[in-house]
Amino acid sequence: MLEVRALCKSFGGVRAARDVSLTVPEGGIVSLIGPNGAGKTTVFSLVTGFHKPDSGSVAFRGEDITGFAPEAIARRGLVRTFQIVQPFAGQSVRENIAVGAHLHIASRREALARAGEVARMVGLADRLDMPAGALTVAGRKRLEVARALATGPKLVLFDEVLAGLNPSEIRDVIPIIRAIRETGVTILLIEHVMQAVMSLSEYTWVLNQGELIAEGKPRDVVADRQVIEAYLGKGMAERIARREAADA
Amino acid sequence: MTAMRSLLILLAIFLLIGVAPFAIGSDFWLNVVIMTLYAALLGQAWNILGGYGGQFSFGHAAFFGTGAYAVAVLQVQLGVNPWVGMALGGALAAAVAAFIGFCTFRYGLRGSYFALVTLAFAEVLRILSNSVDFTGAGVGLLIPLARGMENFQFATRAGYFWVVWALTLAAFLTVWWIGNSRFGAQLTAVRDNEDAARALGVDAFRVKMGAIVLSGFFSGLAGVFYAQYFLYLDPAIAYGPEISVTSLLVPIIGGMGTLFGPLLGAVGVHAISEGTRTFVGEAPGISLALYGAVLVAMVLFMPRGLAGLLARAPRKAHADEAAAAPATRAEAGRAEASGHA
Repeated sequence: MLEVRALCKSFGGVRAARDVSLTVPEGGIVSLIGPNGAGKTTVFSLVTGFHKPDSGSVAFRGEDITGFAPEAIARRGLVRTFQIVQPFAGQSVRENIAVGAHLHIASRREALARAGEVARMVGLADRLDMPAGALTVAGRKRLEVARALATGPKLVLFDEVLAGLNPSEIRDVIPIIRAIRETGVTILLIEHVMQAVMSLSEYTWVLNQGELIAEGKPRDVVADRQVIEAYLGKGMAERIARREAADA
Repeated sequence: MTAMRSLLILLAIFLLIGVAPFAIGSDFWLNVVIMTLYAALLGQAWNILGGYGGQFSFGHAAFFGTGAYAVAVLQVQLGVNPWVGMALGGALAAAVAAFIGFCTFRYGLRGSYFALVTLAFAEVLRILSNSVDFTGAGVGLLIPLARGMENFQFATRAGYFWVVWALTLAAFLTVWWIGNSRFGAQLTAVRDNEDAARALGVDAFRVKMGAIVLSGFFSGLAGVFYAQYFLYLDPAIAYGPEISVTSLLVPIIGGMGTLFGPLLGAVGVHAISEGTRTFVGEAPGISLALYGAVLVAMVLFMPRGLAGLLARAPRKAHADEAAAAPATRAEAGRAEASGHA
């Protein structure tokens, strides 16, 4: 469904993405993980047109969309959310979601009705008339999800929709993400909350310093020596292995 | 406020204003009503781009002056009927707006950069109109007197009243439509967060272009009306800063991004200028200085304008209720506790 080939991007001297290639199949939940500053959000921005890649290509449903404007990419059914939530603060929750719904619905009345339906799906139905700026962090994360969903996407890129939530809020949101997949939407997650990555995603890529260092089933990936070192530092994989051997 | 209700209120207000020429005998007061409507038209034009679109223009005189000069030049130099001139004036002003919009939005100019570019365009047009012959250069253009409805020149003020009433109503209906349409939803989304809007598939460039063209069109029509009402134009009137300032002052005082804000603001601005004339006299520049002070005060203390003042009253009542509810529950709990004791 999404085919990313040899994507490269530098900001000044920083090489934020080096030769990143990945293929997202249709109809599942997959994830992109990695330590802070690994370049995950940069990859999202490159795929969705917010940054232009220095080299490499992005194809969505067989069409080359490299360098397209964000709105042109969204119109084709590939939509992202933002890690730092970006509500239209002065507008109500319903109006916020309706902006997404308007992508394919011209009528104001229908878009507002659609916004109500989507809000019910993400658990915002009781806060429809609240100004978006008055929502809690958890509420704003749900709003990000709802707006993206209201556009009727085929593939959504969720950028850390669980970050900043407490464990009980995370437990509430995980079934929502599953329910979204059940409606036929393919999902690519960036996530720090490993609990979510392990329970939600079927396949994962690990990014470190702009480079993919591992990929596979989440359970296998977290045991990968390079991945452990990327997160915890050089030599950690050996020390953990030694300690485990000693314990045994 | 639901869409239908705000439309009904809008129509009721304009019907009420429509009584003015029958109820007001004095030319002086009818002139005050006409100039208030004209200010509301200018302000509503700016409100489309500035209030709903978040693109603050300091140079709406560029559109106003283009409309005004279009009708005057076509009439004086080419003998074109002013009603035809009105249509052409609106269209030319919209074209100028499209040009400025293309130059600025294409390259992503926002905020103060956009404001400065619009100001610069208005100044360039002022200097140009000051130096070419067909605009009458610095001397200005006098539209020859030829009373008659077909010439857009009326024997009584009531005729001018109906023209400005209709133009202003058209502008307000357009803004009502913006507030209840996909275009408006996308425009306010771009105003509040352009990146988030684009991520949801909103073509920010196209939406902003739509806003500046509509804004320029109505501003141009205000210019056409001005030219026909006073039958005289010079570069300082048409492209000078006074028009640009009035255009933004009216909606900022009244409430940016609201349907009724420009009407409230027009009344407010007239109250200020008439008030200074009465109490201070005709000291030159005093009203501009006062406008400046009011503008600073509004932005600091009342960013939502007079309309925000009206809207805040009921909302506050709700907040009080919400705050009161747990308090009563707590009191009830305390009463119960003391009962047990």
